[in-house]
Amino acid sequence: MILWLVLLAPLAGAAIVGAMALGAARTGRPAPRGLAAAIACAAPIASFALALALFAALRAMPEGARLIEARAGDWLAAGRLHVPLGLLLDPLSITMVLVITGIGGLIHVYSIGYMAHDKGVVRYFAYLNLFVFFMLLLVLGDSLPLMFVGWEGVGLCSYLLIGFWFEDAAKAAAGKKAFVVNRIGDFGFLLGILLVFWTLASAGHASVSFRDIAAHRDVFSGEIVTAVCLLLFLGACGKSAQIPLYVWLPDAMAGPTPVSALIHAATMVTAGVYMVARLGFLYAMAPAASAVIVIVGVATALLAASIALVETDIKKVLAYSTVSQLGYMFIGAGSGAYAAAIFHVVTHAFFKACLFLGAGSVIHAMREEQDIRKMGGLRGPMRITGLTFLVSTIAIAGLPPLSGFFSKDAILAALFGWQTGATSPLPPFVRALLYPLALLGAGLTAFYMFRLTFLVFFGNPRSEKAAHAHESSRVMTTPLVLLAAGAAVAGALGVPHALRGSDRIAPWLHESVTGRVLGASPPQMNIFYPPEMDIWTAISAIAERAMNEHAGRDFLLMALSVGVALGGATLAWQFYLRKPSAPARIATRFAGLARLLRGRWFVDEAYDRFVVRPSEAFSRVTLWRGIDVGIIDRAVNSVGGGAKIGSYALRLLHSGQAQTYGILMLVGLALLAVKLL
Amino acid sequence: MVGLPHYLILSAFLFFVGVVGALARRNGLIVFMSIELMLNAANLAFVAFSRYLGDPGGQIIVFFVIAVAAAEVGVGLAIVIALSRNTESVNLDDATRLGQ
Repeated sequence: MILWLVLLAPLAGAAIVGAMALGAARTGRPAPRGLAAAIACAAPIASFALALALFAALRAMPEGARLIEARAGDWLAAGRLHVPLGLLLDPLSITMVLVITGIGGLIHVYSIGYMAHDKGVVRYFAYLNLFVFFMLLLVLGDSLPLMFVGWEGVGLCSYLLIGFWFEDAAKAAAGKKAFVVNRIGDFGFLLGILLVFWTLASAGHASVSFRDIAAHRDVFSGEIVTAVCLLLFLGACGKSAQIPLYVWLPDAMAGPTPVSALIHAATMVTAGVYMVARLGFLYAMAPAASAVIVIVGVATALLAASIALVETDIKKVLAYSTVSQLGYMFIGAGSGAYAAAIFHVVTHAFFKACLFLGAGSVIHAMREEQDIRKMGGLRGPMRITGLTFLVSTIAIAGLPPLSGFFSKDAILAALFGWQTGATSPLPPFVRALLYPLALLGAGLTAFYMFRLTFLVFFGNPRSEKAAHAHESSRVMTTPLVLLAAGAAVAGALGVPHALRGSDRIAPWLHESVTGRVLGASPPQMNIFYPPEMDIWTAISAIAERAMNEHAGRDFLLMALSVGVALGGATLAWQFYLRKPSAPARIATRFAGLARLLRGRWFVDEAYDRFVVRPSEAFSRVTLWRGIDVGIIDRAVNSVGGGAKIGSYALRLLHSGQAQTYGILMLVGLALLAVKLL
Repeated sequence: MVGLPHYLILSAFLFFVGVVGALARRNGLIVFMSIELMLNAANLAFVAFSRYLGDPGGQIIVFFVIAVAAAEVGVGLAIVIALSRNTESVNLDDATRLGQ
């Protein structure tokens, strides 16, 4: 019951606020903005309070049985297939619910200040609440189709909010791009669901609920499970902005900044990671698919980080940083460290939401200026924003003891373990490359984040606007402070044993990602550890390894990642504070590389050249002129023309001569007579 | 002895003469006469059956047919006259304007 309330509170909020917006649009009278904002903020906060109660209830349950389910009858019944309308709350989903409603609530509150002067603020809050509803449905749905409803719903809200200022054609186009690119991924996701259904139905279990997938996962053969995992991962690539479908996320920055924080950093884009973790018990059976995930994750992390090095738009830097951090989450998920991936989801939600909201605060103070070259010195007038931004920067850069260090280090350690593990299916030289590349990405992260902070908040103001900036209102700075506090301490969830801490998050999530809580039996095979080890033990071993194996090696890995982070930060300090002329010198020395990075590797251009325009040409020449005009239209015209010619021929029979008709009648009668007699 | 079959054979013969005349001839007046011939062939069959079966109903129908035939001739001759006034002929091949 409480579970349904968690889900329905934002829906009710969306309905009420949406009705207000519609009513205002119809009558032409302004909607009660204050009331709308209050209702919209109350909804996720109420959900958060209820989720805390549920969290306590789950904690009180015995380990391995932490599960709350709620059913409300059948949603779909077709033949043997029954899809129940049910919710499922386990350690994994409550973690996500707390992030969504908690951070979502803070962002709602922040929006009151940020959107105060926008004429569409009521519509904005309706969309935001609707988004929270769909996101909760995504993480709480107890079957793949229900998850897919949430999956598509958040996509819709993302589209609506990216194109929120739809009078601007470029912003509307960004929304459309996000929608279309996501469609490609969703197509794979849908095929994955169908393949799961087909496989289970062939084995006599016509169901697509997570419970049944977990209980009957032994019917998935090696090839099928690889195909399922890859298809679902294609969906994750779309939603979570991984290569090759990441291109929509930087454009999505056209939406209001709190939307970028909530949807395009903290929650929606992590849906893919959540999905992989939810189906961890399947992915753990698919070595090839897991290897693909790791490689895509490393490639995305590096590519996006390299673009972020030279971006000059404050939101674009953060957008590419998000793409890059999502890459790290997938590295974790692909290496079997599902708990580490979710850990990074949580910490990332704190620091990235804080960074985006801080960017929003800066943009507000700069009167819509987003170019970091025109900022500088803002830490003076904007003390709170500057401080929280700096804290989050340190967190994301992976410097201890802030949260990003712990989660990213868990992922890097898991990757190191995976690539040295005996069962990864990649050739050794590829394996040997992955960890150093991921480490390099971590260094780049530290560099571009400190570059951003130094350019925006340190040095001297580089424009009139920057000189006259002022701090934002309390309603905006309070969420910043809370998020920065979270970004600072969330790492406590998983302090490695080597540092005399205790890893809380991996044991907490263990029963979810292994499917144990859903009744999955441990199958014989697992891909991550010696083959004779069953999957539960293997996954906890991976989590264990991610946190602590040999203290000595762990310290080495930690030292490495702290080293690159410090290196990146120092380099940024050298370049952007001590010798501001250095970046330009280096850019001229490596002109080609600089051009490539500033052009964002020309991926958009390549897509335009090789995908968009060919498909446009194909549509125009083949589909329109060829099939539509040449075949369909011609068929329709031919039917009409044929009828005309046929009736012209038949008309000749009507001579007007009654005697001809008489003869025809006679012949007809004679034939009838012959037939009857 | 003349029996029912003889009358029926005569009736059928007259009817077919009428059919052929009505369909093959192009003179409107001849066509009319052929139609009358068919009607009278039917009348002959009615009377013959009436006598054979001892049922006066057949003869009553014949009276009706004669009345209808008279009306038909009245209308038909008027049409033929109107036709000959318009086309100065009674050839039915000239009267095909309805089909054009």
